[in-house]
Amino acid sequence: MTRARLALLLVLALSGCAPRATGPVTVRMWAMGREGEVVGELCRDFEREHPGIRVQVQQIPWSAAHEKLLTAHVGGSLPDVGQLGNSWISEFGALHALAPLDGWLAKGGAGRDAYFGGIWDTNVLEGTPYGLPWYVDTRLLFYRKDLLARAGYSSMPTTWTEWAECMRRIRAQSGGKRYGIFLPTNEWLQPVVFGLQSGSSLLSEGNTRGAFQQPEFKRAFEFLLGLYREGLAPTLGINEIANMYQEFERGTFAMVITGPWNLGEFARRLPDSLQGAWGTAPLPGPDGPGVSFAGGSSLVMYQSTKHPEESWALMQYLSRPDVQVKFWQLTGDLPARREAWADSGLTADARTRAFGDQLTRTAPCPMVPEWEEIATRILEQTDRAIRGATPPDSALADLDRIVDRMLEKRRWIAERKALTANSKHSEVAR
Amino acid sequence: MSRAKSPFKARQARAGLLFALPSVVLILVFFFGPVLYGLWLSLTDFDLYAIGDPSTVRFVGIGNYARALTDADVWNALKVTLFYAFVGAPLSVAVSLVAALLVDAQATRMKAFFRVVYFTPVVTTLVAVAIVWRYLYQPQYGLVNAFLAHFGVPRIDWLGDPHWALPSILLLAVWKNFGYNLLIFIAGLQNVPRELHEAAQLDGANGWQRFWNITLPDLAPVFLFISVTTVINYFQLFAEPYVMTQGGPLKSTTSLVLLMYEQGFRWWRLGYAAALAFVLFALILLATTVQMRLQAMQAGKERA
Repeated sequence: MTRARLALLLVLALSGCAPRATGPVTVRMWAMGREGEVVGELCRDFEREHPGIRVQVQQIPWSAAHEKLLTAHVGGSLPDVGQLGNSWISEFGALHALAPLDGWLAKGGAGRDAYFGGIWDTNVLEGTPYGLPWYVDTRLLFYRKDLLARAGYSSMPTTWTEWAECMRRIRAQSGGKRYGIFLPTNEWLQPVVFGLQSGSSLLSEGNTRGAFQQPEFKRAFEFLLGLYREGLAPTLGINEIANMYQEFERGTFAMVITGPWNLGEFARRLPDSLQGAWGTAPLPGPDGPGVSFAGGSSLVMYQSTKHPEESWALMQYLSRPDVQVKFWQLTGDLPARREAWADSGLTADARTRAFGDQLTRTAPCPMVPEWEEIATRILEQTDRAIRGATPPDSALADLDRIVDRMLEKRRWIAERKALTANSKHSEVAR
Repeated sequence: MSRAKSPFKARQARAGLLFALPSVVLILVFFFGPVLYGLWLSLTDFDLYAIGDPSTVRFVGIGNYARALTDADVWNALKVTLFYAFVGAPLSVAVSLVAALLVDAQATRMKAFFRVVYFTPVVTTLVAVAIVWRYLYQPQYGLVNAFLAHFGVPRIDWLGDPHWALPSILLLAVWKNFGYNLLIFIAGLQNVPRELHEAAQLDGANGWQRFWNITLPDLAPVFLFISVTTVINYFQLFAEPYVMTQGGPLKSTTSLVLLMYEQGFRWWRLGYAAALAFVLFALILLATTVQMRLQAMQAGKERA
């Protein structure tokens, strides 16, 4: 008898040894690159505010991130919270790896209105948000003010026609020595952004077919090809020029489309004499200021998390305007929250302000897992058309054909969904 | 053959089976299992959506194979792979043979030193090698262009120009791998009886005649082994283009294995990637069979 009682006591004592529920909860977070290096610092403050939560950050290099996340998903070892490039949201959404956030947002927390709309939309799959924008990345013009002034321009034009005319004058003024703009032939950004600007949705029929032969994309494609054809942009890839900063300094071209990380690079690499002579400007569009690409990273909660409450608290904390400003100071990443732009050094600098301006006009790329591959196909066909290997019309026809084939599975899934929805509907009717 | 076996023989056979069992099980589980699974995969459209929701897997029969036939990327990769296999492999074997003859020559001193030098690239990590070679090939400051500039050759973008990237990768692959065959050739050369050479020398045969009539025939089995394994290796070339150019520019260095990797692990079209794997398997089988037949015919002719 005593032995049994002893055993019971032992069991009780053992179970008493593990009061896990009351101890601190550990939230695991995976972050990439530079963000992964600094987010730990931000989390210390979070832990001070939430004594019951510990944050464990694991840093992943960008180059290995995609494979690591997929393997972790298949192996069931994803963390609670993660940084996710917003172009990957649709892919991980299709994998059912992400927790929907609509329930959490309904309980409180800043929604679409608090963010730049185009960036927010990169987190929404079929109406449901799956991520909170963390920082944004968009592209705009870096240009030589002095070269524009010499061609008779005091500011950057805002429509395509004037913009091309400006490039023509820069070319003429230099006796044909300078190019108006450098548009690397090996980047998908230009055809995609110009397409978005002219109102193309890139994909059609619920993102199940290519929309590249439709007039909107055709117009953008023609405009882009025209810049090369007229010699306003050199037919060169980014690897084919040794040093973009050097060529910009030499004035080989007067403009280039690039992203926020180059604010620091241009300031560091260009000589003092040029520091007053370069500026940034939002992208022109077909009939007035145009949209740009909505990139960046989001904060997501993985479906497999056992601590959704605590994970959401961390996501909310990292999205707070004051924390966003601190994050910007640490990394130079542009905040996704509008409020963070209102009261900070962000708007003090005219070059950064142009980014703030551009961010009010961004458009998401199609939210499909196949997007990355579609983008490389757009690039391939654009490259062929630029080099004259395929006439523009057949390049676009090829593109539609290739993309249609790629999206066959999406069409099938959509049909299947429609069928089951229909049968359910008729059941209800009965 | 009578079916009735002595009890002793039967027992022995059972014991033999028992001994072989662990390996047989291992091969079944870790080789034939995955191969059969791969074969099934290649008949489905298993992809990213299927990882998320297994009910979206569709059986497509030979659909993936049919699609491969009309896929321009596959034909391009095939062209690149055949170039690797039928230009790269013979080149690699030739370089190994010449180097082996030089290292094995009686006049050569410090044989061990040269063997080590030539073998070093084989055991060096490719990623480290790739960094050095990227410097060599760098268009502006690279050693290769600097050297060629002395002869008035204009600057070439070795890895950036679609015409040059393939030969550049091939050169790296040959340099990286020839040391392995070199060692096997040296071993083969040491088995060629010296007396034959001496006798031939007395009969007045020159170096070339001795090579053609003594060394080469004696090396025939080694040659067969090396040519088969090398061709197979070059059919499966992956790491060199993956590390150096990621298959670019304009897919000019994308081999079949690299294409398979991209389809499978970048775009997650595992069904299609599995089909490509079986296509590659069939190609290698075909190439190897042809090689063996040719060799057998050659041997038959010599005997005749």
